Amino acid sequence: MWKWLHPYAKTERAHQLAGTLFPWFALPGLILFTLGTVWGLVFAPADYQQGDAFRIIYIHVPSALLSMSVYASMAICGFIGLVWQIRTCYMAIAAIAPVGAVLTFIALWTGATWGKPMWGTWWVWDARLTSELILLFLYFGIMALYASFEDKLQAGKAVSVMAMVGVINLPIIHYSVEWWNTLHQGATISKFEKPSMAPEMLWPLLINLLGLALLSGALVLQRLRNEIVMRELRRPWVINMLKEQ
Amino acid sequence: MQFASLSEFFSMGGYGFFVWLAFGVSFAVLIGLYWLGRWQSKKIKAGVLTELARIERIKAARKARQNKSIDQGEVTQ
Repeated sequence: MWKWLHPYAKTERAHQLAGTLFPWFALPGLILFTLGTVWGLVFAPADYQQGDAFRIIYIHVPSALLSMSVYASMAICGFIGLVWQIRTCYMAIAAIAPVGAVLTFIALWTGATWGKPMWGTWWVWDARLTSELILLFLYFGIMALYASFEDKLQAGKAVSVMAMVGVINLPIIHYSVEWWNTLHQGATISKFEKPSMAPEMLWPLLINLLGLALLSGALVLQRLRNEIVMRELRRPWVINMLKEQ
Repeated sequence: MQFASLSEFFSMGGYGFFVWLAFGVSFAVLIGLYWLGRWQSKKIKAGVLTELARIERIKAARKARQNKSIDQGEVTQ
């Protein structure tokens, strides 16, 4: 039933598919992200406690949520790569890690610039902030580990294992605000409960979340194409493609 | 519209520095990642084309040397 998926494990088909999908991620992503940001910064009402500083939420929450889901997708790639021995998955991990690292950095950075006016400090070593910092180091670790192997097949296997082990950090980040005393507030949007936010504030947040998700997807596709070409440099299809461009 | 004037918008109710620091750096990093990817793609392509040109040059040189040695061979006979 799912056999039609199989040819896409081949690098040539994956490269082609990534190229076809790129504009469908990049363009709607750009439009939605612009719409959500302008809506959030200009039209959403100010918070009754935090005033206009709360507008940082429109970049902070999407990037923080995505930093975790991107990590999960990377670990899934690692699992598929190890179980079904698909090299393309290892290339996907190498493509995803820098994007995840950037999202995590944005989450930490915007958290700091939000924390300074609201908590009076850029940084505290509490559970939520520290576990998110560990996520950043996990991404860095995966990038460094992948770069340190000459044989990229070995590198792929090593980073797959590392990505899967690191998944333990995701529930820790998510539940850190419940398990430990923290300065950080609880979840604003959750799957199971009604969001604790007014709809005119929530809509731009959801639009920005979708927009940034699509943009992250586009960045991953772009990096995946580069990674595939770098790994397959000697293949005739790569040489022919680069000659024709 | 929540702001009466442009200067009010930029000041963000006194929190302007933090809000713009957050958004500015975030956008810069995202755009930077995109440009890094484009730069890498160009670098890879340039590298491959240089390598191909080198192979072509070596082939041509080898052929020229062969032809030359054949020519010299004819002269000595």
